[in-house]
Amino acid sequence: MSRVRPRRVAAILLRHFYLVRGSLSRVVPLFVWVAIDMVLWGFITRYLSTGTSFRFSLVTTLLGAVLLWDFQARVMQGVTMAFFEDVWSRNFLNVFASPLRLSEYLSGLVLSSIATSAVGLAVMLLVAVAAFGLSFAAYGLLLAPFLLVLFLFGIALGVAGTALVLRLGPSAEWFIWPIPAVLAPFACVFYPLATLPAWMQPAARLLPPAYVFEGMRAVAAGGAAPVAPLAWGALLAVFYILIACWIFRSVHRYAVRTGLVARYSAETVS
Amino acid sequence: MSAAATPAAILTLDGLRKAYGDLVAVDGISCTVAAGEIVGLLGPNGAGKTTTINMVLGVLAPDAGAIRVEGLDLATHRSEALERINFAAVYSPLPGNLTVAQNLRVFGLIYGVRQLAARIEELLAQYDLERFRNTRSGVLSSGEQTRLSLAKAMLNRPHLLLLDEPTASLDPATARDMRARIRSFAAPGTGGVLWTSHNMHEVVEVCDRVLFLSRGKILLEGDPRTLPGEHGKASLEELFITVAREPLSLEPA
Repeated sequence: MSRVRPRRVAAILLRHFYLVRGSLSRVVPLFVWVAIDMVLWGFITRYLSTGTSFRFSLVTTLLGAVLLWDFQARVMQGVTMAFFEDVWSRNFLNVFASPLRLSEYLSGLVLSSIATSAVGLAVMLLVAVAAFGLSFAAYGLLLAPFLLVLFLFGIALGVAGTALVLRLGPSAEWFIWPIPAVLAPFACVFYPLATLPAWMQPAARLLPPAYVFEGMRAVAAGGAAPVAPLAWGALLAVFYILIACWIFRSVHRYAVRTGLVARYSAETVS
Repeated sequence: MSAAATPAAILTLDGLRKAYGDLVAVDGISCTVAAGEIVGLLGPNGAGKTTTINMVLGVLAPDAGAIRVEGLDLATHRSEALERINFAAVYSPLPGNLTVAQNLRVFGLIYGVRQLAARIEELLAQYDLERFRNTRSGVLSSGEQTRLSLAKAMLNRPHLLLLDEPTASLDPATARDMRARIRSFAAPGTGGVLWTSHNMHEVVEVCDRVLFLSRGKILLEGDPRTLPGEHGKASLEELFITVAREPLSLEPA
Protein backbone atom coordinates (compact mmCIF):
# COMPACT_ATOMS: atom_id res chain seq x y z
CA MET A 1 0.00 0.00 0.00
CA SER A 2 1.09 3.58 -0.66
CA ARG A 3 2.52 6.26 1.60
CA VAL A 4 0.30 7.07 4.59
CA ARG A 5 -0.46 10.73 5.39
CA PRO A 6 -0.94 11.15 9.14
CA ARG A 7 -3.51 13.98 8.79
CA ARG A 8 -5.85 11.74 6.83
CA VAL A 9 -5.48 8.94 9.37
CA ALA A 10 -6.14 11.50 12.10
CA ALA A 11 -9.34 12.54 10.29
CA ILE A 12 -10.80 9.05 10.65
CA LEU A 13 -9.78 8.91 14.31
CA LEU A 14 -11.17 12.40 14.94
CA ARG A 15 -14.46 11.48 13.30
CA HIS A 16 -14.79 8.50 15.65
CA PHE A 17 -13.83 10.62 18.65
CA TYR A 18 -16.56 13.15 17.80
CA LEU A 19 -19.11 10.35 17.51
CA VAL A 20 -18.16 8.59 20.74
CA ARG A 21 -17.82 11.80 22.75
CA GLY A 22 -21.30 12.95 21.93
CA SER A 23 -23.16 9.67 22.31
CA LEU A 24 -24.10 7.74 25.42
CA SER A 25 -25.08 4.75 23.28
CA ARG A 26 -21.52 4.59 21.97
CA VAL A 27 -19.74 5.26 25.28
CA VAL A 28 -21.63 2.73 27.41
CA PRO A 29 -20.89 -0.36 25.28
CA LEU A 30 -17.18 0.44 25.47
CA PHE A 31 -17.06 -0.83 29.02
CA VAL A 32 -20.42 -2.15 30.28
CA TRP A 33 -20.46 -5.56 28.60
CA VAL A 34 -16.87 -6.34 29.45
CA ALA A 35 -17.43 -5.20 33.04
CA ILE A 36 -20.45 -7.51 33.29
CA ASP A 37 -18.34 -10.34 31.85
CA MET A 38 -15.70 -9.74 34.52
CA VAL A 39 -18.29 -9.80 37.29
CA LEU A 40 -19.96 -12.95 35.97
CA TRP A 41 -16.71 -14.86 35.43
CA GLY A 42 -15.29 -13.49 38.63
CA PHE A 43 -18.09 -15.15 40.63
CA ILE A 44 -17.85 -18.36 38.57
CA THR A 45 -14.13 -18.46 39.27
CA ARG A 46 -14.67 -17.80 42.97
CA TYR A 47 -17.27 -20.57 43.15
CA LEU A 48 -15.09 -23.09 41.31
CA SER A 49 -12.15 -22.25 43.58
CA THR A 50 -14.16 -23.05 46.71
CA GLY A 51 -13.17 -26.36 48.17
CA THR A 52 -11.15 -27.36 45.13
CA SER A 53 -7.42 -27.43 44.88
CA PHE A 54 -5.67 -26.69 41.62
CA ARG A 55 -1.98 -26.55 40.78
CA PHE A 56 -2.54 -22.96 39.68
CA SER A 57 -4.71 -19.98 40.52
CA LEU A 58 -8.11 -20.22 38.85
CA VAL A 59 -8.46 -16.47 39.09
CA THR A 60 -5.25 -15.97 37.17
CA THR A 61 -5.94 -18.56 34.49
CA LEU A 62 -9.71 -18.54 34.07
CA LEU A 63 -10.61 -14.92 34.81
CA GLY A 64 -7.37 -13.76 33.20
CA ALA A 65 -8.23 -15.74 30.07
CA VAL A 66 -11.71 -14.25 29.90
CA LEU A 67 -10.21 -10.78 30.23
CA LEU A 68 -7.71 -11.34 27.44
CA TRP A 69 -10.30 -12.95 25.17
CA ASP A 70 -12.68 -10.04 25.74
CA PHE A 71 -9.82 -7.67 24.95
CA GLN A 72 -9.30 -9.34 21.59
CA ALA A 73 -13.04 -9.13 20.85
CA ARG A 74 -13.04 -5.42 21.74
CA VAL A 75 -10.13 -4.82 19.37
CA MET A 76 -12.01 -6.56 16.55
CA GLN A 77 -15.21 -4.69 17.31
CA GLY A 78 -13.29 -1.42 17.57
CA VAL A 79 -12.28 -1.75 13.91
CA THR A 80 -15.68 -2.91 12.69
CA MET A 81 -17.64 -0.32 14.71
CA ALA A 82 -15.59 2.54 13.26
CA PHE A 83 -16.32 1.12 9.79
CA PHE A 84 -20.02 0.64 10.53
CA GLU A 85 -20.28 4.35 11.31
CA ASP A 86 -19.66 5.00 7.62
CA VAL A 87 -22.17 2.29 6.69
CA TRP A 88 -24.88 3.67 8.99
CA SER A 89 -24.38 7.29 7.93
CA ARG A 90 -24.21 6.35 4.21
CA ASN A 91 -20.87 8.07 4.01
CA PHE A 92 -19.14 5.77 1.52
CA LEU A 93 -19.30 8.12 -1.43
CA ASN A 94 -17.83 11.00 0.58
CA VAL A 95 -15.06 8.78 1.95
CA PHE A 96 -14.14 6.73 -1.09
CA ALA A 97 -14.40 9.63 -3.56
CA SER A 98 -11.80 11.54 -1.53
CA PRO A 99 -7.99 11.35 -1.76
CA LEU A 100 -8.00 9.00 1.23
CA ARG A 101 -6.00 5.86 0.49
CA LEU A 102 -7.19 2.47 1.70
CA SER A 103 -4.08 2.20 3.88
CA GLU A 104 -4.98 5.52 5.51
CA TYR A 105 -8.59 4.53 6.01
CA LEU A 106 -7.67 1.18 7.58
CA SER A 107 -5.01 2.85 9.75
CA GLY A 108 -7.67 5.24 11.01
CA LEU A 109 -9.97 2.33 11.86
CA VAL A 110 -7.12 0.60 13.73
CA LEU A 111 -6.29 3.75 15.72
CA SER A 112 -9.96 4.13 16.63
CA SER A 113 -9.91 0.52 17.80
CA ILE A 114 -6.79 1.07 19.92
CA ALA A 115 -8.51 3.98 21.67
CA THR A 116 -11.80 2.19 22.32
CA SER A 117 -10.32 -1.18 23.26
CA ALA A 118 -7.93 0.53 25.71
CA VAL A 119 -10.97 1.84 27.57
CA GLY A 120 -12.45 -1.67 27.73
CA LEU A 121 -9.15 -3.16 28.89
CA ALA A 122 -8.74 -0.56 31.63
CA VAL A 123 -12.27 -1.18 32.96
CA MET A 124 -11.82 -4.97 32.88
CA LEU A 125 -8.55 -4.70 34.79
CA LEU A 126 -10.14 -2.40 37.32
CA VAL A 127 -13.06 -4.75 38.00
CA ALA A 128 -11.02 -7.96 37.93
CA VAL A 129 -8.24 -6.65 40.15
CA ALA A 130 -10.37 -4.67 42.60
CA ALA A 131 -13.27 -7.11 43.00
CA PHE A 132 -11.67 -10.50 42.46
CA GLY A 133 -7.99 -10.01 43.20
CA LEU A 134 -6.78 -10.86 39.70
CA SER A 135 -3.02 -10.58 39.46
CA PHE A 136 -0.93 -10.95 36.34
CA ALA A 137 2.27 -11.04 38.41
CA ALA A 138 2.72 -14.71 37.56
CA TYR A 139 3.12 -13.78 33.89
CA GLY A 140 5.46 -10.84 34.44
CA LEU A 141 6.68 -9.28 31.22
CA LEU A 142 5.03 -12.06 29.21
CA LEU A 143 1.75 -10.19 29.56
CA ALA A 144 2.96 -7.75 26.90
CA PRO A 145 3.40 -10.37 24.14
CA PHE A 146 0.16 -12.04 25.22
CA LEU A 147 -1.69 -8.77 24.68
CA LEU A 148 0.23 -8.01 21.49
CA VAL A 149 -0.65 -11.31 19.80
CA LEU A 150 -4.32 -10.95 20.72
CA PHE A 151 -4.32 -7.31 19.60
CA LEU A 152 -2.83 -8.21 16.22
CA PHE A 153 -5.28 -11.04 15.67
CA GLY A 154 -8.17 -8.78 16.72
CA ILE A 155 -7.08 -6.27 14.07
CA ALA A 156 -6.94 -9.02 11.45
CA LEU A 157 -10.45 -10.18 12.36
CA GLY A 158 -11.73 -6.61 12.31
CA VAL A 159 -10.30 -5.80 8.88
CA ALA A 160 -11.56 -9.11 7.44
CA GLY A 161 -14.98 -8.40 8.98
CA THR A 162 -15.18 -4.95 7.38
CA ALA A 163 -14.27 -6.50 4.02
CA LEU A 164 -17.13 -8.97 4.45
CA VAL A 165 -19.62 -6.19 5.16
CA LEU A 166 -18.29 -4.08 2.30
CA ARG A 167 -18.83 -7.01 -0.04
CA LEU A 168 -22.21 -8.26 1.22
CA GLY A 169 -23.89 -5.01 2.26
CA PRO A 170 -25.07 -3.37 5.49
CA SER A 171 -27.13 -6.33 6.69
CA ALA A 172 -24.00 -8.51 6.77
CA GLU A 173 -22.93 -6.83 10.01
CA TRP A 174 -24.77 -9.64 11.77
CA PHE A 175 -22.07 -12.01 10.53
CA ILE A 176 -19.50 -9.99 12.44
CA TRP A 177 -20.82 -9.98 16.01
CA PRO A 178 -20.63 -13.78 16.57
CA ILE A 179 -17.09 -14.18 15.21
CA PRO A 180 -15.42 -14.30 18.68
CA ALA A 181 -17.97 -16.87 19.89
CA VAL A 182 -17.41 -19.03 16.80
CA LEU A 183 -13.64 -18.96 17.25
CA ALA A 184 -13.64 -19.43 21.04
CA PRO A 185 -13.90 -23.26 21.05
CA PHE A 186 -10.88 -23.49 18.71
CA ALA A 187 -8.87 -20.83 20.51
CA CYS A 188 -8.58 -22.95 23.68
CA VAL A 189 -9.45 -20.02 25.93
CA PHE A 190 -10.63 -22.17 28.85
CA TYR A 191 -9.00 -25.57 28.31
CA PRO A 192 -5.75 -27.04 26.95
CA LEU A 193 -5.45 -27.75 23.26
CA ALA A 194 -5.07 -31.45 24.05
CA THR A 195 -8.67 -31.44 25.27
CA LEU A 196 -9.91 -30.91 21.73
CA PRO A 197 -10.72 -33.87 19.50
CA ALA A 198 -8.07 -34.64 16.92
CA TRP A 199 -9.96 -33.01 14.04
CA MET A 200 -10.18 -29.67 15.88
CA GLN A 201 -6.54 -29.49 16.93
CA PRO A 202 -5.08 -28.48 13.52
CA ALA A 203 -7.61 -25.63 13.33
CA ALA A 204 -6.61 -24.52 16.84
CA ARG A 205 -2.93 -24.49 15.84
CA LEU A 206 -3.79 -22.04 13.05
CA LEU A 207 -5.21 -19.57 15.56
CA PRO A 208 -2.77 -17.19 17.30
CA PRO A 209 -4.88 -16.97 20.50
CA ALA A 210 -4.41 -20.70 21.09
CA TYR A 211 -0.66 -20.06 21.59
CA VAL A 212 -1.41 -17.26 24.04
CA PHE A 213 -3.79 -19.29 26.20
CA GLU A 214 -1.61 -22.42 26.08
CA GLY A 215 1.28 -20.21 27.17
CA MET A 216 -0.72 -18.63 29.97
CA ARG A 217 -1.64 -22.00 31.43
CA ALA A 218 1.92 -23.27 31.13
CA VAL A 219 3.36 -20.27 32.96
CA ALA A 220 0.64 -20.33 35.62
CA ALA A 221 1.48 -23.98 36.26
CA GLY A 222 5.11 -23.02 36.83
CA GLY A 223 6.43 -23.91 33.37
CA ALA A 224 8.99 -22.07 31.26
CA ALA A 225 8.17 -18.98 29.26
CA PRO A 226 6.71 -20.16 25.91
CA VAL A 227 8.86 -17.85 23.80
CA ALA A 228 8.91 -19.87 20.57
CA PRO A 229 5.15 -20.63 20.52
CA LEU A 230 4.38 -16.98 21.25
CA ALA A 231 6.69 -15.84 18.46
CA TRP A 232 4.94 -18.25 16.12
CA GLY A 233 1.56 -16.94 17.28
CA ALA A 234 2.70 -13.36 16.59
CA LEU A 235 3.94 -14.31 13.13
CA LEU A 236 0.64 -16.00 12.38
CA ALA A 237 -1.26 -12.91 13.55
CA VAL A 238 0.83 -10.62 11.33
CA PHE A 239 0.24 -13.01 8.44
CA TYR A 240 -3.52 -12.81 9.04
CA ILE A 241 -3.38 -8.99 9.09
CA LEU A 242 -1.69 -9.04 5.69
CA ILE A 243 -4.28 -11.49 4.38
CA ALA A 244 -7.14 -9.37 5.81
CA CYS A 245 -5.75 -6.19 4.19
CA TRP A 246 -5.41 -8.03 0.88
CA ILE A 247 -9.02 -9.23 1.16
CA PHE A 248 -10.22 -5.68 1.94
CA ARG A 249 -8.30 -4.30 -1.02
CA SER A 250 -9.70 -6.99 -3.33
CA VAL A 251 -13.26 -6.38 -2.14
CA HIS A 252 -12.82 -2.63 -2.60
CA ARG A 253 -11.57 -3.21 -6.15
CA TYR A 254 -14.60 -5.40 -6.81
CA ALA A 255 -16.88 -2.70 -5.36
CA VAL A 256 -15.32 -0.03 -7.58
CA ARG A 257 -15.45 -2.27 -10.66
CA THR A 258 -19.10 -3.16 -10.21
CA GLY A 259 -20.38 0.14 -8.85
CA LEU A 260 -21.16 -1.29 -5.42
CA VAL A 261 -19.52 1.65 -3.61
CA ALA A 262 -21.79 4.14 -5.35
CA ARG A 263 -24.90 2.03 -4.75
CA TYR A 264 -24.00 0.44 -1.45
CA SER A 265 -27.39 0.72 0.21
CA ALA A 266 -28.79 -1.53 -2.52
CA GLU A 267 -26.51 -4.31 -1.10
CA THR A 268 -26.04 -5.83 -4.55
CA VAL A 269 -25.39 -4.57 -8.04
CA SER A 270 -27.09 -7.46 -9.81
CA MET B 1 -15.28 14.06 -30.59
CA SER B 2 -11.74 13.24 -29.70
CA ALA B 3 -10.28 14.81 -26.63
CA ALA B 4 -6.74 16.02 -27.02
CA ALA B 5 -5.17 16.96 -23.71
CA THR B 6 -4.21 20.62 -23.70
CA PRO B 7 -2.25 22.40 -20.98
CA ALA B 8 -5.43 24.20 -19.91
CA ALA B 9 -7.51 21.00 -19.68
CA ILE B 10 -8.41 20.30 -16.07
CA LEU B 11 -10.34 17.15 -16.94
CA THR B 12 -9.90 14.92 -19.93
CA LEU B 13 -12.18 11.97 -20.62
CA ASP B 14 -10.94 9.77 -23.40
CA GLY B 15 -13.12 6.98 -24.79
CA LEU B 16 -14.81 6.34 -21.46
CA ARG B 17 -17.02 3.26 -21.42
CA LYS B 18 -18.98 1.47 -18.71
CA ALA B 19 -21.41 -1.42 -19.10
CA TYR B 20 -23.47 -3.28 -16.53
CA GLY B 21 -23.93 -6.64 -18.19
CA ASP B 22 -25.73 -5.96 -21.47
CA LEU B 23 -26.63 -2.40 -20.50
CA VAL B 24 -24.09 0.10 -21.77
CA ALA B 25 -24.39 3.06 -19.40
CA VAL B 26 -21.54 5.12 -20.88
CA ASP B 27 -20.44 4.42 -24.43
CA GLY B 28 -17.15 5.95 -25.46
CA ILE B 29 -17.43 9.46 -24.05
CA SER B 30 -14.56 11.83 -24.85
CA CYS B 31 -14.52 15.44 -23.70
CA THR B 32 -12.56 18.01 -21.75
CA VAL B 33 -13.26 20.60 -19.11
CA ALA B 34 -10.88 23.54 -19.34
CA ALA B 35 -9.73 25.81 -16.55
CA GLY B 36 -12.27 28.53 -15.95
CA GLU B 37 -14.97 26.65 -17.83
CA ILE B 38 -18.37 25.51 -16.54
CA VAL B 39 -19.58 22.52 -18.53
CA GLY B 40 -23.14 21.26 -18.20
CA LEU B 41 -23.67 17.52 -18.48
CA LEU B 42 -27.27 17.18 -19.58
CA GLY B 43 -29.56 14.35 -20.49
CA PRO B 44 -32.62 12.42 -19.41
CA ASN B 45 -32.60 10.05 -16.45
CA GLY B 46 -30.44 7.03 -17.24
CA ALA B 47 -28.45 8.84 -19.91
CA GLY B 48 -25.17 8.16 -18.09
CA LYS B 49 -24.52 11.46 -16.27
CA THR B 50 -24.11 10.09 -12.75
CA THR B 51 -22.20 7.06 -14.05
CA THR B 52 -19.77 9.46 -15.71
CA ILE B 53 -19.41 11.53 -12.53
CA ASN B 54 -18.90 8.41 -10.42
CA MET B 55 -16.09 7.33 -12.74
CA VAL B 56 -14.42 10.74 -12.46
CA LEU B 57 -14.74 10.49 -8.67
CA GLY B 58 -12.94 7.15 -8.70
CA VAL B 59 -15.78 5.16 -7.13
CA LEU B 60 -16.60 3.38 -10.39
CA ALA B 61 -13.96 1.90 -12.63
CA PRO B 62 -14.44 2.35 -16.38
CA ASP B 63 -14.35 -0.75 -18.58
CA ALA B 64 -12.33 1.21 -21.14
CA GLY B 65 -10.94 4.66 -21.66
CA ALA B 66 -8.96 7.05 -19.52
CA ILE B 67 -9.67 9.84 -17.06
CA ARG B 68 -6.99 12.47 -16.57
CA VAL B 69 -7.09 15.27 -14.05
CA GLU B 70 -4.52 17.93 -14.94
CA GLY B 71 -2.66 15.22 -16.79
CA LEU B 72 -2.75 12.74 -13.90
CA ASP B 73 -4.24 9.39 -14.87
CA LEU B 74 -6.92 8.57 -12.30
CA ALA B 75 -6.27 4.85 -12.68
CA THR B 76 -2.62 5.13 -11.64
CA HIS B 77 -2.55 8.35 -9.55
CA ARG B 78 -5.91 8.11 -7.84
CA SER B 79 -5.10 9.92 -4.60
CA GLU B 80 -3.11 12.72 -6.26
CA ALA B 81 -5.87 13.27 -8.84
CA LEU B 82 -8.63 13.29 -6.22
CA GLU B 83 -6.72 15.90 -4.18
CA ARG B 84 -7.51 18.29 -7.04
CA ILE B 85 -11.21 17.39 -7.20
CA ASN B 86 -14.19 17.84 -4.94
CA PHE B 87 -17.88 17.27 -5.40
CA ALA B 88 -21.38 17.89 -4.12
CA ALA B 89 -24.30 15.65 -4.94
CA VAL B 90 -27.85 15.59 -3.65
CA TYR B 91 -27.61 11.84 -3.02
CA SER B 92 -24.47 12.10 -0.89
CA PRO B 93 -25.11 14.26 2.17
CA LEU B 94 -22.44 14.54 4.83
CA PRO B 95 -22.86 12.36 7.95
CA GLY B 96 -25.91 13.61 9.80
CA ASN B 97 -24.52 12.61 13.21
CA LEU B 98 -21.64 15.10 13.03
CA THR B 99 -22.07 18.85 13.41
CA VAL B 100 -21.44 21.23 10.55
CA ALA B 101 -18.05 22.28 11.94
CA GLN B 102 -17.04 18.67 12.70
CA ASN B 103 -17.86 17.56 9.17
CA LEU B 104 -15.83 20.38 7.66
CA ARG B 105 -12.91 19.65 10.00
CA VAL B 106 -12.87 15.90 9.23
CA PHE B 107 -13.07 16.40 5.47
CA GLY B 108 -10.63 19.29 5.63
CA LEU B 109 -8.07 16.93 7.16
CA ILE B 110 -8.82 14.25 4.56
CA TYR B 111 -8.31 16.78 1.73
CA GLY B 112 -5.15 18.15 3.35
CA VAL B 113 -6.46 21.73 3.63
CA ARG B 114 -3.85 24.16 4.94
CA GLN B 115 -4.84 26.61 7.69
CA LEU B 116 -7.96 24.57 8.12
CA ALA B 117 -9.52 26.52 11.00
CA ALA B 118 -9.42 29.77 9.01
CA ARG B 119 -10.74 28.06 5.88
CA ILE B 120 -13.68 26.60 7.82
CA GLU B 121 -14.58 30.03 9.21
CA GLU B 122 -14.39 31.49 5.72
CA LEU B 123 -16.73 28.84 4.30
CA LEU B 124 -19.17 29.02 7.21
CA ALA B 125 -19.52 32.73 6.48
CA GLN B 126 -19.68 32.34 2.69
CA TYR B 127 -22.39 29.69 2.81
CA ASP B 128 -24.35 31.31 5.62
CA LEU B 129 -23.74 28.38 7.97
CA GLU B 130 -22.27 30.20 10.96
CA ARG B 131 -25.35 29.81 13.11
CA PHE B 132 -25.39 26.05 12.38
CA ARG B 133 -21.74 25.56 13.33
CA ASN B 134 -22.60 23.27 16.25
CA THR B 135 -25.78 21.81 14.75
CA ARG B 136 -25.81 18.20 13.67
CA SER B 137 -25.95 18.08 9.89
CA GLY B 138 -28.82 15.59 9.94
CA VAL B 139 -31.25 18.13 11.41
CA LEU B 140 -30.54 20.81 8.82
CA SER B 141 -33.14 21.50 6.14
CA SER B 142 -32.37 20.04 2.73
CA GLY B 143 -31.34 23.48 1.50
CA GLU B 144 -28.98 23.96 4.43
CA GLN B 145 -27.52 20.49 3.84
CA THR B 146 -26.93 21.42 0.22
CA ARG B 147 -25.10 24.56 1.32
CA LEU B 148 -22.99 22.43 3.65
CA SER B 149 -22.21 20.00 0.81
CA LEU B 150 -21.12 22.93 -1.35
CA ALA B 151 -18.98 24.31 1.49
CA LYS B 152 -17.32 20.90 1.83
CA ALA B 153 -16.85 20.79 -1.96
CA MET B 154 -14.97 24.10 -1.80
CA LEU B 155 -12.80 23.14 1.21
CA ASN B 156 -9.68 22.23 -0.76
CA ARG B 157 -10.12 24.96 -3.42
CA PRO B 158 -10.51 22.21 -6.02
CA HIS B 159 -9.24 22.55 -9.55
CA LEU B 160 -12.19 20.48 -10.72
CA LEU B 161 -15.60 20.76 -9.12
CA LEU B 162 -18.19 18.06 -9.84
CA LEU B 163 -21.73 19.10 -9.06
CA ASP B 164 -24.61 16.66 -9.46
CA GLU B 165 -27.83 18.70 -9.31
CA PRO B 166 -26.37 20.99 -6.65
CA THR B 167 -29.30 23.40 -6.54
CA ALA B 168 -32.09 20.79 -6.69
CA SER B 169 -33.32 21.43 -3.15
CA LEU B 170 -32.63 25.14 -2.85
CA ASP B 171 -35.19 27.92 -2.91
CA PRO B 172 -34.87 30.25 -5.93
CA ALA B 173 -33.08 33.00 -4.02
CA THR B 174 -30.53 30.65 -2.46
CA ALA B 175 -30.10 28.80 -5.77
CA ARG B 176 -29.30 32.09 -7.50
CA ASP B 177 -26.78 32.88 -4.77
CA MET B 178 -25.14 29.46 -5.16
CA ARG B 179 -24.95 29.85 -8.93
CA ALA B 180 -23.20 33.17 -8.43
CA ARG B 181 -20.70 31.51 -6.07
CA ILE B 182 -19.98 28.74 -8.52
CA ARG B 183 -19.51 31.23 -11.36
CA SER B 184 -17.12 33.20 -9.17
CA PHE B 185 -15.28 29.95 -8.42
CA ALA B 186 -14.63 29.43 -12.13
CA ALA B 187 -14.10 33.09 -13.05
CA PRO B 188 -10.40 33.41 -12.06
CA GLY B 189 -9.62 30.68 -14.57
CA THR B 190 -7.98 28.24 -12.17
CA GLY B 191 -10.86 25.80 -11.68
CA GLY B 192 -13.26 24.00 -13.98
CA VAL B 193 -16.76 22.78 -13.20
CA LEU B 194 -18.70 19.78 -14.49
CA TRP B 195 -22.33 20.35 -13.61
CA THR B 196 -25.45 18.24 -14.04
CA SER B 197 -28.84 19.83 -13.77
CA HIS B 198 -32.38 19.36 -15.00
CA ASN B 199 -33.06 23.08 -14.70
CA MET B 200 -32.42 24.39 -18.21
CA HIS B 201 -32.80 28.05 -17.24
CA GLU B 202 -30.04 27.55 -14.73
CA VAL B 203 -27.86 25.82 -17.30
CA VAL B 204 -28.27 28.69 -19.75
CA GLU B 205 -27.39 31.16 -17.01
CA VAL B 206 -24.32 29.35 -15.71
CA CYS B 207 -22.74 27.01 -18.25
CA ASP B 208 -20.24 28.02 -20.90
CA ARG B 209 -20.79 24.77 -22.78
CA VAL B 210 -23.14 21.82 -22.55
CA LEU B 211 -22.85 18.17 -23.45
CA PHE B 212 -26.11 16.38 -24.16
CA LEU B 213 -25.92 12.70 -23.26
CA SER B 214 -28.29 10.13 -24.66
CA ARG B 215 -27.96 6.40 -24.11
CA GLY B 216 -24.41 6.84 -22.85
CA LYS B 217 -23.14 8.87 -25.80
CA ILE B 218 -22.55 12.57 -26.33
CA LEU B 219 -25.29 13.51 -28.77
CA LEU B 220 -24.79 17.27 -28.91
CA GLU B 221 -22.23 19.73 -27.69
CA GLY B 222 -22.12 23.50 -27.74
CA ASP B 223 -23.01 26.85 -26.24
CA PRO B 224 -26.30 26.51 -24.34
CA ARG B 225 -27.42 29.91 -25.64
CA THR B 226 -26.95 29.12 -29.33
CA LEU B 227 -27.33 25.33 -29.45
CA PRO B 228 -31.17 25.28 -29.48
CA GLY B 229 -31.30 27.61 -32.50
CA GLU B 230 -28.74 25.50 -34.35
CA HIS B 231 -31.17 22.58 -34.08
CA GLY B 232 -34.34 24.51 -34.82
CA LYS B 233 -35.54 24.68 -31.22
CA ALA B 234 -36.79 27.70 -29.36
CA SER B 235 -35.15 26.91 -26.04
CA LEU B 236 -32.73 24.59 -24.31
CA GLU B 237 -35.66 22.96 -22.54
CA GLU B 238 -37.27 22.14 -25.89
CA LEU B 239 -33.98 20.73 -27.11
CA PHE B 240 -33.69 18.67 -23.92
CA ILE B 241 -37.15 17.19 -24.48
CA THR B 242 -36.22 16.27 -28.04
CA VAL B 243 -33.02 14.62 -26.80
CA ALA B 244 -35.04 12.66 -24.27
CA ARG B 245 -37.87 11.61 -26.62
CA GLU B 246 -36.46 11.60 -30.14
CA PRO B 247 -32.69 11.38 -29.92
CA LEU B 248 -32.45 9.79 -33.36
CA SER B 249 -33.78 12.97 -34.95
CA LEU B 250 -30.71 14.81 -33.69
CA GLU B 251 -28.05 12.28 -34.59
CA PRO B 252 -25.78 13.35 -37.45
CA ALA B 253 -26.80 11.82 -40.79
